[in-house]
Amino acid sequence: MMMFNRPPLGAAKSLLVVLVLLSLAATTHARAAMAIQEVNSSSGMKAWLVEDYAVPIVTIRFAFRGGSAQELPGEEGLANLMSGLLNEGAGDLDSNAFQQRLDDVGAEMKFDAGRDAVYGYMRVLADRKDEAFELLRLAIEQPRFDQASLDRIRAQIVSGIMAGAKDPQTAAEVAWMKAIYGDHPYSRRKEGTAQTLAALTTFDLKAFHHRLFARGNVTIAVAGAIDARALKRDLDRIFGGLPAHPFLMPVAETTPKLGQEVRVHDDLPQNRLHLAYSGISYKDPQFFAAYLMNHILGGGAFTSRLWNEVREKRGLAYSIESSLEISDHASALVIDTSTRPDCAAETLSLIRAEVRRMVDEDVTEEELEAAKKNIIGGYTIGNLNSSSAVADTLVELQLKGLDIDYIDRRGQLIQAVTVADVRSAARRLLSAAPALMIVGPPLEGKKALEGKKG
Amino acid sequence: MIALQPLMTWEAAAVEAPRGKSEIGNFMLSNGMHVVVIPDHRAPIVTQMVWYKVGNADELPGKSGIAHFLEHLMFKSTKKHPAGEFSAKVSEIGGEQNAFTSSDYTAYYQTVTPESLGTMMELEADRMRQLVLTDAVIVPERDVILEERRGRVEAIPEALLEEEMRATLYQNHPYRIPVIGWMHEMERLSREDAVAFYDRYYAPNNAILVVAGDVDTGTVHRLAEKTYGAVPRGRELPPRVRPQEPEQNTKRTVVLTDPRVTVASFEKSWVTTSYATAEPGEAEALDLLSEILGGGKRSRIYQELVVRQGIASSGGAYFWGRSLDPTSFTIFGSPLGEAKVQAVEDAIDTEVRKIIDAGVPDVELENAKNRLVRSVIFARDSQQEIAQLYGEALATGSTAYDLQVWPLRVRAVTAREVQAVAKKYLNPDRSVAGYLLPPANTFSGDQKR
Repeated sequence: MMMFNRPPLGAAKSLLVVLVLLSLAATTHARAAMAIQEVNSSSGMKAWLVEDYAVPIVTIRFAFRGGSAQELPGEEGLANLMSGLLNEGAGDLDSNAFQQRLDDVGAEMKFDAGRDAVYGYMRVLADRKDEAFELLRLAIEQPRFDQASLDRIRAQIVSGIMAGAKDPQTAAEVAWMKAIYGDHPYSRRKEGTAQTLAALTTFDLKAFHHRLFARGNVTIAVAGAIDARALKRDLDRIFGGLPAHPFLMPVAETTPKLGQEVRVHDDLPQNRLHLAYSGISYKDPQFFAAYLMNHILGGGAFTSRLWNEVREKRGLAYSIESSLEISDHASALVIDTSTRPDCAAETLSLIRAEVRRMVDEDVTEEELEAAKKNIIGGYTIGNLNSSSAVADTLVELQLKGLDIDYIDRRGQLIQAVTVADVRSAARRLLSAAPALMIVGPPLEGKKALEGKKG
Repeated sequence: MIALQPLMTWEAAAVEAPRGKSEIGNFMLSNGMHVVVIPDHRAPIVTQMVWYKVGNADELPGKSGIAHFLEHLMFKSTKKHPAGEFSAKVSEIGGEQNAFTSSDYTAYYQTVTPESLGTMMELEADRMRQLVLTDAVIVPERDVILEERRGRVEAIPEALLEEEMRATLYQNHPYRIPVIGWMHEMERLSREDAVAFYDRYYAPNNAILVVAGDVDTGTVHRLAEKTYGAVPRGRELPPRVRPQEPEQNTKRTVVLTDPRVTVASFEKSWVTTSYATAEPGEAEALDLLSEILGGGKRSRIYQELVVRQGIASSGGAYFWGRSLDPTSFTIFGSPLGEAKVQAVEDAIDTEVRKIIDAGVPDVELENAKNRLVRSVIFARDSQQEIAQLYGEALATGSTAYDLQVWPLRVRAVTAREVQAVAKKYLNPDRSVAGYLLPPANTFSGDQKR
């Protein structure tokens, strides 16, 4: 058992499914030595490649656009279920034979469904690459979705849903997503429900697979001990047998419904406070101003205003942070913390005061400078620190439609942001009253809840 | 400076640095600080980790949580630098930092650019001896760790059960005490407690520096001499002798019933030997046993309970070998649908019994070895992971050499040795079983046959 000074990355429970690596968009130079090559195969497959032979590993990461937001009403949970079944047998190999081969080859293979894409990942020692890629081809092109595997994986997912049935945090997340996204597909639980899962069949899985898994719909990045020539051949082998085009449904743009309160009462040792404000798309001209603003407000661990006011000065919480959560069709700025019930009202007032200050006053030049340095310098450290991280990053950049030289260009855009730009972004994102969720015992000191706005 | 001889087999190279002009550096500063350097020139990034050979198992009775509390306090001001300056410097570079405490060690790390490594070392060396602890920083930070406990333990039934399991499994050893501390003792931790702990344990001769990344050993050596090397050696600490476990003779049961739980779960733990205390090969055999029994989808527990019988939604095993004193081996599972938790327990017990009685076929053992050895090769892809592997090993009594030859030692384990450790350590009459249950499913003796 280990205790950390602040929650380790990835440990924070987030209400919204974060589908975008946030720090990606805020970027600068990678090392000059990290050359990204664009590789185009003869069958028209494209991938970004970073060659590196220091560690004898090859990592491939890819995404088929269209995740759980592509599910039809009644199909909720289908994308997640399909992801869970892609390594459960393909081609002539049943589940057991497939996994035995994967284990013999020594490859890691993972699939994961998000709101807007189904992601795939494989990591293998370079000398077993060809055998591993053959299994990857089978999994992508000819998944079996056998009834026995379907029944087992579905039962595991249902068991997970049942396990959270009386957990107040889970109930809160479900209620919150409904409250802020209404009928939009983003309001759905990724896992679906016991009812929708019970109705899903092998046919549904095959149809969904057929809709998404197409050559024209995949984004690919590769890092490690492989050259462009070999990769071209491998791209054709792995993806060449897929149909050319996907069948994707349009997904409506939406914004989270603000100005409301969601209360989930339970006799817990802490109150969780969760607030959502307006968000911003990474394609928006004000994106970097908003990104820097969020960093100063609550994005920077150990340094942000919320961290200093709530944790450092007053010891009210172990963790407090704000983050920009951006999907293809919606975005929000979210603040989250937990504190003991007799301090919850005070904490909420402090959060509101900091949000208001961001709207009413300029940040200092020093704060802005420090934030810029962090976001520029942090790109390599946070996003390019291993082959897996490089491959993840390069897929995200392509999904966002950014150029191959984006990493070099972004530093200038960040440098150009002024104090006035930050204020303007704060006004745009933080002026409207947020959606607020309180989980736990009823708050003591009700007055603090009646903030005017912000 | 002693550079370890590179071993000429491919597998032994598993935990060596990525190839290039890199050889692992391994030397002592004159003040007794141990330094390990793992060059990796793939990206202009470097990770420094400082490991103190002290954890919560070294705390005085009644002072539980002081090791972790001090870890938090290390982020406050020093004589030279105000609170927040170190963090601001890391942030300015876009670096990552954190710190963590376990039973046997406390570690601090920053991942930064190579140019700033010197500054990081200077600041890390500064807070090793120059921390200023006043009540003004103690009081709010104590509230922070109390919130941390509420959020990470009190609010989570699984964590509460885990805590009680440890307190039951270890009857005398301080591993029975939670790393974060007991609430009633944490509430009373004082400035004096923090200062006493800091003065006793925070010194170069009780610390290990692990640097992984885009630097060479010579540069690290020079920077380390200039920064950490200037910190005076602390007093000699006595050997870390903690109260040891008595002979265990009973089968114990811990039950937590919680309204937040809907699906029951089960686990069973035993006290076993660790890498630091084992006869040669025993800890490696336990790692393999854990992999074979419950290391993932190819494991016996998963295949039998989840795939074949369909009575469990999950199941597995784990063994934590990097421990200074005897450690624990755990198996776990959760029933699926109508299945009872008792059926899951019985089925897992059966899998353990099968290995004790019949051993393990060679091909299954070979597959498990491949998976374990592969995991360290994959770990080389991440500076933080490889630095963590070295830090954990060195802080718990192993050497860099032990780690380098670990794949060879894993390869050398025989099926008979795996069977022998199963028989020796997984004795059902000396175990602790834990049950997390929903309220309706009130546990009664009747269910236990």
